[in-house]
This record gives sequence, structure tokens and C-alpha cells, in this order.
Amino acid sequence: MTVLLETRALVKQFGEFRAVDRVDFRVEEGEVLALIGSNGAGKTTLVNLISGLLRPDAGQIVFRGADVTTQSVHERIAAGIARSFQLVNLFDQLSALDNVALAIFSRQGKTRKLWALAEADRPVWQEALEILATFRMDGKATVPAGGLSQGERKLLDVAIAYALRPRLLFLDEPTSGVSTREKAPIMDTISAVVRSERISAAIIEHDMDVVFSYSDRIVAMHQGAILADGTPDEIRRDERVLTTLIGTPETR
Amino acid sequence: MTTAALALEHRSPVRTLGWAIPALVILVALPWVADQYQTILLAYGLIMGIAALGFNLLLGYTGLLSFGHSAYFGVGAYSVALMVKYLDVTSMELFLAGAVVACVLVTAVFGFACVRYTRIFFGILTMALSQVLWSLAFKFFWVTGGTDGLRVPTPTLLGVLTGAGDKIEFLATAYYYYVLAIFAVCVAVMWVIVNSPFGRALQAIRDNEVRAAFVGIQIRKYRWVAFLVSGVFTGLAGALWVPLNGLTTPDIMHWTFSGEIVFMTVLGGFRSFTGPVIGAIVFNYLKTYAVGYTVYWQLLLGVVLVILVVSLPTGIVGTFERLWTRRRSR
Repeated sequence: MTVLLETRALVKQFGEFRAVDRVDFRVEEGEVLALIGSNGAGKTTLVNLISGLLRPDAGQIVFRGADVTTQSVHERIAAGIARSFQLVNLFDQLSALDNVALAIFSRQGKTRKLWALAEADRPVWQEALEILATFRMDGKATVPAGGLSQGERKLLDVAIAYALRPRLLFLDEPTSGVSTREKAPIMDTISAVVRSERISAAIIEHDMDVVFSYSDRIVAMHQGAILADGTPDEIRRDERVLTTLIGTPETR
Repeated sequence: MTTAALALEHRSPVRTLGWAIPALVILVALPWVADQYQTILLAYGLIMGIAALGFNLLLGYTGLLSFGHSAYFGVGAYSVALMVKYLDVTSMELFLAGAVVACVLVTAVFGFACVRYTRIFFGILTMALSQVLWSLAFKFFWVTGGTDGLRVPTPTLLGVLTGAGDKIEFLATAYYYYVLAIFAVCVAVMWVIVNSPFGRALQAIRDNEVRAAFVGIQIRKYRWVAFLVSGVFTGLAGALWVPLNGLTTPDIMHWTFSGEIVFMTVLGGFRSFTGPVIGAIVFNYLKTYAVGYTVYWQLLLGVVLVILVVSLPTGIVGTFERLWTRRRSR
């Protein structure tokens, strides 16, 4: 397997608190990786550093062989890093279709055009509709994002990121705030998309059933550092992970 | 076909043009039915409409409340007056070109500083910068004429039409149609801009800055371009205004005039495309008649603003649209 993304001794400090502490993290081409850890373990901070929302205090981020540590968000997106958000982050007044179309316009560099009508660009709308269909959301195309159910909003958030045609997709808790019954269909949809397109995905998740059934590899974080890294089976047996994160079998 | 595909079919870029043609016909026909005073009054309204249209690209579409648009209106007006004073220019086309160039330069610099901030910080900074220009116009009297201002004679339109005969007649016919033509072009251009992929990106920035950044939009750069376009529209309005008024004084650079632009836009409704234009025309009548009616006209306008914000927060156009859809759905 080839390494797609790598961080080297990445550090992020918030005052006295070291949220990410010399983390060496990697994502390989085509894998679905789960990032687990208790609240405050540094998972979201790590994703924020890699996606460009935050700047690291030290260390390096290498994506496809190029150092992206000081690149801006839009440069990283152009390189192929996209993300969704833990607290769903949509354009609530725009329809589901408009949300996806915006990402396509941006990807194609068309948002720089002042002298063209967005509505008249048929291929973009066609593609947006196809992406919604991929996420089984085409029935909701005209509904404003603010009027969708929590599960649909989660999927739309991922669909927007997917519309950027990334090579690496970070999903920050794609099933949080969703009923247990809805979790499996959401993960099935996302998993089908990323696996069929061979997009590498790194998913932050708290639900251990989801983590074990959908990922190829699991990285466990604790207090800003990586605690364990292995296949689901290895992680299931890892003593440190069991005691610090999952709890003993009796409590589960 | 799914419902969504049908919905796609329904989206037609020209569907919103329904209101534009009748409105234009009325505006063209008006000088035949209305007297000269009313026509000139409307010309003022249309000019303010251009200014408010530009202003609303920032407020309504990008989510930035500028409190310094008087600066760009003033740059437009003063660049015309200075072209008269120092270069003896009389061609209106040269005036407009000069005003656009001056506005691009000023808004590029001011915008560069302002778009680093949002919300109240943005508002305060735009206001402070406009006050700098106001004090320059006020203090450098040997250039700007100070509080006496600078006179601007009637210009030559398209190289042939001059106000050599009856000045009022000229302003109420030739100049009115000149203003109307530029107004129509400005409305059309702005309509394309807000409906362009760029316009969509601005609305995305307004609604959710962080997410807009994470679909790859360069927030500051786009805000800066919006600022530039906005300032140039308002500056163009200033350039059209000054021959009509015959005089420019530092008053139009003062922040209270920025407040009037905000007022017009809110009056008409900043959430709709036509709102600022309607608001500007209505405001122009309101102010003219309030000034004629009482020396306490500012009090009167203040009361109107309070009533407006409390009872019609979506402005004239927003309220009208709501009533209209309610009637149709009945």
C-alpha cells in the first residue's frame, strides 16, 4: 500500500494544553480508517490541522509526497483533501441541490466567474443531481438544507465534501446526533461511495459498533497522542485501548 | 423523470425578467405624463437606486454592513468635479470613465483593509475610512472648495447633447434618459452578478463562512471583489448625481449619507434583488417631501425607520412578496 497522507511529529498547543502531541499519523491509499478516542483526545484537532482549519505549532503534514503544512484551505482542497463537520455545517437557506452544486462550481473554478448565469450551467446541475442520487437524497433536492432531518443533513454534509472529488475524505462523526436505527443506513451509503470510488476516508467515530464494522484500520488517540494503531481485531484485543477507551467487557 | 429533474427544468434564468420589462416601459414613458420637476426627482431616485444596488451586494449578498458607502459616492462625484476644474472635461462619458477608475483605486485600497474584518468591526472601519475622505474634502478647500463645494455645469452627452438652452428641460429629458439607460445597464449587470457562480459563492460566504472556505472558496478574495464591485456601482451613482445637482459638497462624503444608503436599502428590503432600488426611489420622495413639509424632517424619517424595523422587517419588497404569495396560494 502507498501512503497518501502522513503527519510528522505534529503539535498543536492551546495555551498550556497540548491538544495534539507529536503525532505521527498516516492514511494509506484506498483505506477506510477510524479515528477513535474519548472527548478531548485530540481527534478533531488533528483533523482540523490536516484540513487547514488550524495551523500546527510544530511538525509537518505531507500529502501525496508534497509538504502541505503551510498551504491554505483552498490549496489543500485542490490537492484532494476534503472534510465534513461534526456539527453539521451547511448552507441552510439553499436547497440540497444548491449546496452540492456550489461545491461543484468551486471545484471547477467557476465561482470566479461574475459574468455567467449559474442556473444556465446544465452539466453542473446534472452532476449535482447525480451526487444526490448517489447519497439517496435526490428526492430531497429542492428542500432547503435547513428543513432536512438530522440524518439527511449528515449525508448532505458528506455529499458536499464528496462533490469536491477528494482523494482523502475526513468525516467528523458522520452519525452523531442520529438515532441508532438511522446509523447503519448512513454508514452503508457512505461506505459504498468511498469504497467504489477508492477514496481514502478517515472517520472520527464514537460508536464502537460502527467503528468495528466499517473500518480497515483503527487509530486510537488518548491525551493528544496515538495510543494504538491496528486492524479492528488487534484493537479489539488491545489492553490499553480496552481500559482507557472502550471500558471492560462487563460495562459494555 | 424524478421530481428533482422536473425541478431542474423549472429553473429558468429568464423567468425573473417578468417584472423588468413593464417597469422599464413605465420609466421610459414617464417624462410624457409627469412634469419636469417629477421627472428630475425620479432621476435622483434612479441614481440613488444604483448606489443602493451596489451597497446591497455587500449587505444582502455577502453579509457585510458597510457604513462608509458615502465615500465611494463622493469619490465618484468629486472625480467629476475635479475633472471639470482641472481638465476642463465636459463629456459625460469621460466623467463616468474617470469616476470608475478613481473608485476602483479607492475601493481596492479601502477594501483590502476592510475585508479582513466582519460584522461591527467591518462597519466601523468602513465608516472611519469614509470620514477620512470627508475630512480631506472638508479641509483641502483650495482643491475641493471646502464647504462651498465644487460646481459642475451640465455635461455633453454622447458628444452631441448639451444643456446650452434650457437647463431644466435638458435635465428632465436628455439627462433623464441618459440616467435611465445607465440605470438599466447597472440593474442588468448586477442581476447577472448576483446570479452568477460568483454571486452564489458570496451568498455561501454570507450563510456559512467556515463551510464556504471548506468547499474551496477564498473568502477574503471574494469579499474584496464584492467590495470593489459594490464601491464602483456607488461611485458611478455619485458621478451621475453631480451634474444633476450642479454642485458637490463634503456632505455627500459624511457618514450620515452612508446612513441614508443603509436606510434606503432596509426600507426597500435587503433580502431581495429589487428591494434597494425600490427603497431608494421611495426614500428619495419621502425625504424630498419631508424636507418641504417640516424642518424636523429628520425626526419624521427617524419615526418611519422605527416603524419599519418593528413592523416590516423585510422592507417594502419583502412585505409585498409575502402578501403576493399569500394571495396566490389562497
